[in-house]
Amino acid sequence: MKNVKLTFDLDNPSMKPSRDGYGDGLNDAAAKNPNVVAIGADITASTRVDWFVKEHPDSFYDLGIAEQNQMAFAAGMSLMGKVPFVCNYGVFLAGRAWDQIRTTVCYNNLNVKLGGAHGGISVGPDGATHQALEEISIMRCLPNMKVIVPADSWETRKATRAVAELDGPYYVRFGREKVPEITDESTPFEVGKAYCVQDGTDVALIACGVMVYHSMLAARELAKEGISAMVVNCHTIKPIDREAIVEAAKKTGAVVTAEEHQLMGGMGSAVSEVLSTEYPVPMQMVGVQDRFGQSGDPDELMNAYGLNAEEICKAAKRAIAMKK
Amino acid sequence: MAQNIDVQEAAAHCTLLRADLLRMLNAAGSGHPGGSLSCLDILYVLYNHVMKQDPKNPKWDGRDRFVLSKGHVNPALYVVLADLGYFPKSELMTLRKFGSILQGHPYMHKTPGLDVSSGSLGQGLSVAAGMAAAAKADGKPNRVYAMMGDGEQEEGEIWEAAMSAAHFKLDNLCGIVDHNHLQIDGNVEDVMNIEPIADKWRAFGWNVIGIDGHDYAQILDAFEKAQECKGKPTVIIAETVKGKGVSFMENQAGWHGAAPNDEQLKQALKELGQEG
Repeated sequence: MKNVKLTFDLDNPSMKPSRDGYGDGLNDAAAKNPNVVAIGADITASTRVDWFVKEHPDSFYDLGIAEQNQMAFAAGMSLMGKVPFVCNYGVFLAGRAWDQIRTTVCYNNLNVKLGGAHGGISVGPDGATHQALEEISIMRCLPNMKVIVPADSWETRKATRAVAELDGPYYVRFGREKVPEITDESTPFEVGKAYCVQDGTDVALIACGVMVYHSMLAARELAKEGISAMVVNCHTIKPIDREAIVEAAKKTGAVVTAEEHQLMGGMGSAVSEVLSTEYPVPMQMVGVQDRFGQSGDPDELMNAYGLNAEEICKAAKRAIAMKK
Repeated sequence: MAQNIDVQEAAAHCTLLRADLLRMLNAAGSGHPGGSLSCLDILYVLYNHVMKQDPKNPKWDGRDRFVLSKGHVNPALYVVLADLGYFPKSELMTLRKFGSILQGHPYMHKTPGLDVSSGSLGQGLSVAAGMAAAAKADGKPNRVYAMMGDGEQEEGEIWEAAMSAAHFKLDNLCGIVDHNHLQIDGNVEDVMNIEPIADKWRAFGWNVIGIDGHDYAQILDAFEKAQECKGKPTVIIAETVKGKGVSFMENQAGWHGAAPNDEQLKQALKELGQEG
């Protein structure tokens, strides 16, 4: 697994919504490939697809509030050689159109790229209906689908660029709120390759999305107590980087996963599927525990649902204790 | 300008295809004869007299596209494709068997000539609309056809797709409703009434053509009119008979999803004059 040195300020990071990276990434992709089209569903600005529309008005199709048609229409375009990016809030994209994704997009292995906006509980005041907390589970169980949860805006931009050049269906998840910009333009990104942002020997914190940042905060707290924590950015949930996960488990002997998603079926489940079959070590999982979200400020919600450094520290200690 | 179709020849040819269709369903032991027989004549005309295609080069970019939205009636499509030489006729007898190129519902990556897989109802018109929009965006002449069931009209996505196709003025798109009036639970009108179906399509901004779906001249004429219509998509609402051509299957909901046994096959082939 590659070691990557991140240079941002852990105490005072610059903040940016990861959806900004999606808007930029779409334009990057379209600049390289004129067959890139965006397929929207009435929420063009809040998904940042409007940045694409400004530059490529003729390559944008607004299907209105009709997610099922949006998905299968995009599938049809892909069959004619287009590279459609279907964007919607993750709840509606993955949930409302799941059968279309399963039977038309994935069964046919079509070149359709799903952009899941408003991922996670940090969507905030809109409440449970709009907080996507299940998409990773219901996307990664589909044959042919690949799932990426970038850590920040730059990584979202790179993931969006990358999937435009890879064949087959991909789901890229990003969020609404500003999150710490932990990577920059020069940070290496490769689909399917997790990387280590901090080395350690006692426990491995494997995270995706904004939880990579929280894991780095947790690692610093753990260090104060003499615990050496490795932090891994596992941005690609499927195909999961089995080699990197086993490497982290071998080196530390204890693993904690952290994600802004339900525990059932998410990134933590994917990691446990690898470890339980290849290299079992004590493991703890941080995530949403089988409940719906609610309205509130993003930070307030993250703390209320245990998605923070404090919970990761507790989980790390539990995992280490299980070693004995 | 109506193209000529030899009605007698078409009828004779479709009788042969009906016999093949029943033989393959008998061999499979399961499948959907009723809706296959109701849309067969339309598929025959479409593939033999309307669509641009090259059976020797099924992926030819210039071909017209076809989406069998009511995927369960794929036996009808399979016999038409085999007849045109997309794959050997001997494959028909492998329908629904393990390892067959002919899956129980259409799977594009196994069957030459299929433009997309289908089977989950309601999605085909959306796929066809996306294909038509892409062709239009690139200034390509491809036309796109989508065959739907009448029971399938109960799916909400059909109407999402209908709205979008009219919105984008997809006059290179032609939908067909196989209006055989039956679905699994009984009469469409009783299960969930879709009428007045022509008015619905008209209200959604489509050019609507009503025909007898077993009259070869009317079928061909409708496809030609669809091609001439500019600025909006066309839907052909074809009045058909479920189980058409086999007396004991006609207008019987029970024959939606049951294959004929040996005895029933024998009787059916006899009626079609194809015994032996």
